[in-house]
Amino acid sequence: MTSIQSHGAATTVRPRQSGDPTVDSRFRGNERIDGARRFLLRHPGVVRLGVVVLMLLVWESAARFFMDPLFISPPSRVFASLGAVLDTEGVPNALRLTFFELAVGFAISVAVGLPLGLAIGLEPFARRSFMPIVLLIYGMPKITILPLFILVFGIGPESKIAFGVAHGIFPIIVTVVAGVQNLKPILLVSARSMGAGRWHILRWVIFPHMIPSFFAGMRLGMSGVLLGVLLAELYVSTAGIGYFTTMFTENFQPTKLFGLIAMLAAMAIVLNEIVRRAEHRFSRWR
Amino acid sequence: MARRRDRTQQLASRAVQIGFLLAVLALWYAATNFWGVNHLLLPNPVTVFHQLVDVLKSGQFLPDLRVTATEFVVAFLLAMASGTLVGFFVSRSPYWIRVFEPLFAGINSIPIILLLPLYVLFFGLGAASKIAIGATISFFPIVLSTVAGFGNVDRMLVTAARSMGASDYQLFRYVLVPAALPVILSGLRIGFTVALLSILGSETIASLAGLGHQIVQLAENMEMAQMFAYVVFVLAITALLNVLVSRLEARGRRHG
Repeated sequence: MTSIQSHGAATTVRPRQSGDPTVDSRFRGNERIDGARRFLLRHPGVVRLGVVVLMLLVWESAARFFMDPLFISPPSRVFASLGAVLDTEGVPNALRLTFFELAVGFAISVAVGLPLGLAIGLEPFARRSFMPIVLLIYGMPKITILPLFILVFGIGPESKIAFGVAHGIFPIIVTVVAGVQNLKPILLVSARSMGAGRWHILRWVIFPHMIPSFFAGMRLGMSGVLLGVLLAELYVSTAGIGYFTTMFTENFQPTKLFGLIAMLAAMAIVLNEIVRRAEHRFSRWR
Repeated sequence: MARRRDRTQQLASRAVQIGFLLAVLALWYAATNFWGVNHLLLPNPVTVFHQLVDVLKSGQFLPDLRVTATEFVVAFLLAMASGTLVGFFVSRSPYWIRVFEPLFAGINSIPIILLLPLYVLFFGLGAASKIAIGATISFFPIVLSTVAGFGNVDRMLVTAARSMGASDYQLFRYVLVPAALPVILSGLRIGFTVALLSILGSETIASLAGLGHQIVQLAENMEMAQMFAYVVFVLAITALLNVLVSRLEARGRRHG
């Protein structure tokens, strides 16, 4: 029953909504409710936390009372079992291995994607010629050739790294090209007329200019590598986390499965946050 | 003069693109025919082409295509309906945007494919788990773009329409939707792509039928030529779909 309206100027037309920052007169009589309301309105984060807690409670009660314990495990038990998951033979090594695959895959993606992006982006002719090809490959569902990666690189970490690179490198190339492309020609011309050489232009004009898009590319590349490595891990794995997710699923140990996935999700969130912070920090100079 | 130079440049880039593709094909051919690359890893392009023709002619791809297409359509429709609906209602108040938007964005930033084992556990190996994971993954870009689209409609437009006596429906149909459509369309496009990707991905990882399943089967049976034919087939379909969706998006922007 939410009425269709935008906020602010148009709100005079109809009664205020619950989300309106000015306090509703209906609650004038009750100071305490009024105060709580004000507090919640000023801190949406608290309500957000409430939503998360509510969802956890729904999950908890569903898992405890309504559903088959072979398939789902309540969050309290999952949380309590995190230690047990880490104690399972091989799990710490699996986490370490996955993290290693991620790091190597990301490093390769950046080391190859950045120069390629610069080479394609700085030369208009190369950009026009090769960008369509890059975009074409970027848009392909690389998952269809995952079996091929396994055949070529084996079922060990190499295939995960290679598949991670296949997912991570293209977003980096595309964003680097976009970043270089937006460079105003006047900056290049004035730098050149002041006698800057090729290296100087690269170092003092192009590089600072493309830092924001570079970090945006790093973020996209990171999530690409993460996706590629995890897909390859889930597909086939002898020692990484994919092995354990399969094992826990097949042995109906949902508590451990949920715990492992929660740990991986936490890892993904932390990595994402690191790159996002870096992006924010290095694009501040503008 | 300038126009003519543009044209030559364009032709030259086309030539480079075609040359690139030809070079890849030539390398492939040479590698398999002269340099002795193992045929189990890389089958001959000519064989692959014959297999592709065979697969297309015999129509043996139809059952798998039907499974994948059904999963995809259902998943995308679910994500589209729920994403736009939830996004619309959240966007109605800046307060709820501030509550929910970071939540959606946070979930969107983690690879949801991680949850695939759970989905398989709940929904089984069949189509249900693919639909569920595809819908989940494509829900988030759609809901985020819907919130951004409806949440950033210029207030002046709304005020003007209201002061001219627009009803709720008129405001929605003639102001909010046209203003928000471009952003929502780009979200739908992303949702479309990720739904396709995640369905093919989950079929590859754990499934009973579908194009992804078929490719894995062929790879495991070492029928590489046929597997390559299927890969080419799937890639062609997705490329076609992508072009189609881009066209639709561009048209939607113009007419919105």
